[in-house]
Amino acid sequence: MDADLVEEPGAKALLKGSGILAAIKASGIEYILSVPDITTSGGLLRPIARDPQLKLVRVCKEDECIGIASGLHYCGRRALSLIQHTGFLDSINAIRGVAVEYRQPICMMIGLLQHDPDTTPKNSPRYGVRIVEPILDAMGIPHHYLGEDADVAKIKPAIDEAYAKSFPVALLIGRRPTAS
Amino acid sequence: MMKRDECFKILARHVTDEIVVSTYSSAVDWLALGERTLNYFSVGAMGLDSSHALGLALGRPDKRVICLQGDGSFLMNLGCLVTIAAAAPKNLVHLVVQNGTYEANGSHPIPNNNADFAAMAKSAGYPHAYEFSQLANFEQQAGHMIKQDGPVFATLRVEPSRPLTYDYPKLYDAARREAIKAALGRP
Repeated sequence: MDADLVEEPGAKALLKGSGILAAIKASGIEYILSVPDITTSGGLLRPIARDPQLKLVRVCKEDECIGIASGLHYCGRRALSLIQHTGFLDSINAIRGVAVEYRQPICMMIGLLQHDPDTTPKNSPRYGVRIVEPILDAMGIPHHYLGEDADVAKIKPAIDEAYAKSFPVALLIGRRPTAS
Repeated sequence: MMKRDECFKILARHVTDEIVVSTYSSAVDWLALGERTLNYFSVGAMGLDSSHALGLALGRPDKRVICLQGDGSFLMNLGCLVTIAAAAPKNLVHLVVQNGTYEANGSHPIPNNNADFAAMAKSAGYPHAYEFSQLANFEQQAGHMIKQDGPVFATLRVEPSRPLTYDYPKLYDAARREAIKAALGRP
């Protein structure tokens, strides 16, 4: 079995991918643009790849997502970039130029690799995770933390607001979602 | 050796209702040929022009999209070749203008001007890939090339151009961006 599908014995389904997927669809998202991320691989990306309602564009590097999402937006199509926080860090200039300075509704769902879900991202023992929210704050990009099922209710309002204000948004995935 | 502006004049004779994506020096030369609502200049980060073009091609499969990308920009986003080939939009024409320099950044040379971009595109999976270095050949084939089922790739081997003036605020004007968005978006 692939590593991303192995669940810890006795682990509770605290964040269900099926709920996230339903919220993504309810937000009018048609396109998922993605580089695989182990945090969201089994619980989100695999179900998305099988879902006939969503169009998955697999890209080589995360900043491509920002350009593709921009082009789609000009055509009235909604897209979500499903990436890892390392890819977010690698794409800062594209997000700065395309999303923030041109005020475009670039929606990002960012897996926090190796984050400890028992703490907040700002208090994460992982340096790379710890700096994500401060960077988003510095760029003025709204962000929302998804660590359990109750947080899934944040998704649709956040995406709708991004499109209403024509401004980017980041949804931070703090633990591995289960597929069902 | 060809000149970029001469190539674009030939290309413009074949362009009707296509979306044309361009940046930096290519954008300056393309805009000099006239305003069009379907000129897409809002790129914002070097290298992403081809990715913007892919998004437009996927979002409007009923329209053809022509991307005019510089070689420096192309080299910053080589992965896009594989992404575009996999997405396989039939309506995308990807032209890379190879003058061997980062013209908008002081005309320093690209790392290797002998790189064969068309071969890269072909091996990435583009069904059609060309290289043009003679204006007569480009003139003869441009009309046919941009109408083929894509994604189509072509390298235009050109010489560095005369010094250009880069008026980025005008080029990336918000009103121009809104106009093309209104023309392309769903009602």
